[in-house]
Amino acid sequence: MSSDVTLQVNDLSVSYVSQGRKLPVLRDVSFEINRGEAYGLVGESGCGKSTVAMAVMAYLANNALTESGTILLKGEDVITATPEQLREWRGTRVAMVYQDPGSSLNPTMLVGRQVAEVFHFHGGDSWDDAMAKTVEMFEKVRFSDPARIMERYPYELSGGQQQRVMIAMALAANPALLVMDEPTTGLDATVEADIIELVIQLRKEMGTSTLFISHNLGIVSRLCDRVGVLYAGRLVEEGITSEVMSDPHHPYTIGLLNSVPKWGETKEDSRLEPIPGDLPPLGYVLTGCSFAPRCAIASPECETSPPPLQACAGSSIKSACLKRDGLKEEFARAGGTKTAVQITKRVAREATPVIVVDHIAKRFKGKNGEITVLSDVSLTIKAGEILGLVGESGSGKTTLARTIAGLYKPDAGSITSGGEAHRSQDSQSHFLQMVFQNPDTALNPKFSVSRILGRAIKQLAAPMSASDRTKRILELAKSVKLQGYHLELRPSALSGGLKQRVAIGRAFAGVPQVVILDEPASALDVSVQATILNLLVDLQGDSDLAYLFISHDLAVVNYLADRIAVMYLGEIVEIGPARSVVAPPHHPYTEVLLSANSAANSVKGERIRLKGQMPSLANPPSGCRFHTRCPRSLGERCSTVAPEFQTTADGHAYRCHIAPEELARLQQTKPDTSDATFE
Amino acid sequence: MAQSTSEVGVMAEAIIDPLLANVGQLQTRSERFRSHWQQLFKKPSFVIGFVIVAFWVIDAIFATTIAPQDPQSQHAFITLQGPSGAHWFGTDWLGRDVFSRVLAGCTSILKVAPLATLLGIAGGTVVGLITGYFGGKIDSIIMRVVDAFLAFPLIIIAVLVLSLIGTSEFTVVLLIGIIFTPVISRTIRSVVLVEREKEYVASAKLRGERSLYIMFAEILPNITSTIIVEATIRVGYAIFTAATLSFLTLGAQPPSPDWGLTITQGRLYIQMAPWVVLFPALALATLVVGINLIVEAIQKELNA
Repeated sequence: MSSDVTLQVNDLSVSYVSQGRKLPVLRDVSFEINRGEAYGLVGESGCGKSTVAMAVMAYLANNALTESGTILLKGEDVITATPEQLREWRGTRVAMVYQDPGSSLNPTMLVGRQVAEVFHFHGGDSWDDAMAKTVEMFEKVRFSDPARIMERYPYELSGGQQQRVMIAMALAANPALLVMDEPTTGLDATVEADIIELVIQLRKEMGTSTLFISHNLGIVSRLCDRVGVLYAGRLVEEGITSEVMSDPHHPYTIGLLNSVPKWGETKEDSRLEPIPGDLPPLGYVLTGCSFAPRCAIASPECETSPPPLQACAGSSIKSACLKRDGLKEEFARAGGTKTAVQITKRVAREATPVIVVDHIAKRFKGKNGEITVLSDVSLTIKAGEILGLVGESGSGKTTLARTIAGLYKPDAGSITSGGEAHRSQDSQSHFLQMVFQNPDTALNPKFSVSRILGRAIKQLAAPMSASDRTKRILELAKSVKLQGYHLELRPSALSGGLKQRVAIGRAFAGVPQVVILDEPASALDVSVQATILNLLVDLQGDSDLAYLFISHDLAVVNYLADRIAVMYLGEIVEIGPARSVVAPPHHPYTEVLLSANSAANSVKGERIRLKGQMPSLANPPSGCRFHTRCPRSLGERCSTVAPEFQTTADGHAYRCHIAPEELARLQQTKPDTSDATFE
Repeated sequence: MAQSTSEVGVMAEAIIDPLLANVGQLQTRSERFRSHWQQLFKKPSFVIGFVIVAFWVIDAIFATTIAPQDPQSQHAFITLQGPSGAHWFGTDWLGRDVFSRVLAGCTSILKVAPLATLLGIAGGTVVGLITGYFGGKIDSIIMRVVDAFLAFPLIIIAVLVLSLIGTSEFTVVLLIGIIFTPVISRTIRSVVLVEREKEYVASAKLRGERSLYIMFAEILPNITSTIIVEATIRVGYAIFTAATLSFLTLGAQPPSPDWGLTITQGRLYIQMAPWVVLFPALALATLVVGINLIVEAIQKELNA
């Protein structure tokens, strides 16, 4: 075998053993990573990505059974390696960065010492040398003041900083292979973009081979040379990233790519195309292609035996689809992947405000006194519209949603709903409902679906007889595309997407005029997310129902929303029609968010880096709250005077000192932020 | 790597766990109950505990028919005799058969302890739900009262109250139940605090549900495993407390063969005839150990 191959996985099959049953997770997975190459492994949750990572690290759980295959790390097999060999290899040959940096660092040790341990124990350096090397390593991961970071405990660092410490630790012993398992999944968009950029730069400097595991195709396409697509434990497509992204040769990959809204596409242009059905449950063995039940072009021969991964004609791509060479024709014959566009263009009308939020503030008592989570927030939700609310974690968007819903009482200002100041919760319930982010906790785990829906109908709909209610439950279930047998199940027996449909159905039990959607799809896989977004558009139809749609994903908000509000540190910094918010002139923070979004930015090129950390709400910056990190800061004025809203010609308002014409001129070019280092 | 292998093992398991949950997905309530039950009987510690406790429960029900001799019949000529073929555990200071008295001695304790526990669980659950769900001032006030209550040594309170109002099985049940209420309410409160932050509760509020409905229909079913575990733990304590009260002659009264009472009466003869104290004490120990074995197994099964 050639010494240029860092990792070679051959015919790897792994099963988990549970209650005496063998549940296959990986089946005949083979791929290799060459020296200096970045290989992306994508797929939705439950398809076996993390098991691959654990197998490569020889960290499989005790109930995992490696049934066949070899994992050659620089030519030597990790499966048959002795514990001593593994101890030596981990760190020097292979190192891993996990999804949750908070739980991967030892909370009782200074981070500097934790990283220095690698040099001390793996490299045999004295503690002084190890510490010196750690400072160097921290400089490499772009800490502006490494000495200060060394003296911190993990809890004193932000998520992004923790992840950079993890990367420094993983790279400390200069491993041949770096395994990254969803390293940016828990992070905010701007921080995620920073980390991705850092990994790209470090790879240029150090030439480390990388196995990058992610569900996010956008990130993989920015970072990886080659990509493998995993579905239900099998590699179904593999090839050079750009080719796979532009010309996929497997129906599953096509489905994944079509599930995410493309930048600029809106709900008026086209519907999203989710992949029908669900991932087969773990341990469910199909005789043929495991994607066949969800595939639009599946034919009887697909169900006889699992198709092998084979080269496609005229491309670098290997695909495990029998029809790999004529996919486009097949889809065209099957009526296309595109369902006919069935968008009813909305009739423009005089929209009446249904919710008016007037200068509200919300404070919470913390350990060190009061924290103002919302300050001076005003907005209007109009009948029949979707108002998108965007912001990073800590911006106060969930607090705002819960305050509007009436779960929190504002400390100042007022909220008027339907023309009358609310709030008796009883009358409010019929008017406004909410769908929560996490469907696992939003449904009572001890109630069946029919009980959940039935109770909501009893509370929210007009009084009706028991038999009418049973009918209504069925109707409601059908409207959110649930099957009859789902009604008798408890939430734990449902997939995430089905749970969220139940939660949406519950919100529509009455005739709400406003529905608040707090990140309704962000806990879900992309193909499921598309189903949920389509469902929401359908439920609204041409009615006067209004949505407040909260999300951290600008591409999704831009697809769905009629108007967008952007929040930063407890304030609304920009609000207006979607099209004009995403185009200059707009608030510098919106500009940064857009440049951090992989979908939006692939069109625009170079990214704007944000300086420093998100300031604490307990101690917000003086003047403009964004001035400490603003790439367009004017200096003195921004740090002393809080800006008023300015209104642009295209009808949106933003909180900034720079006048619209000037801002439009400035935003024709990106600010130079290449010198920005991290805190 | 800072990561130890065991940590990673746990992580990997966490990754697959939700999927495993999917496999046995279509279980009904009775099937779930049955599967818990079957799992429990696979654990040797549970089986041992179950056999011990079952033995005493059956014994308590049929005490009079099982006992080889009348536990109350006195024989002046054979007082304080050691274990023999006729009297397996010997005889006491009135010539009564210790074996028969041990078998008969669990009746009152096995009535008092479960009833007291039920009372404590009911009271503790209600108080815990109210304080945990409402929080704020209600919580602060009730919890300070609980703190004050817990600051007193419980057995002293019991002694005071029982000497004032007089003792009977009913008063002992009531007293232990009331003493347990604040202790149990704390455990319940802590899990209610977790549950009330979950979004299904927020959703119920948004539907305009009344607080009583949210507490008892929405939250209560989700804390049953905590309640079951707490109840089994408390039964053990209740047996101990009831036995202690008898020992202090504030529970069962002579000539009851109650274990605690027998131990305190037999103390006088411990030098000459240790069997008078030893066998009731052993019996009490086996019952408590049996219950603790069951508690541990249930705790593991429900938290798994």
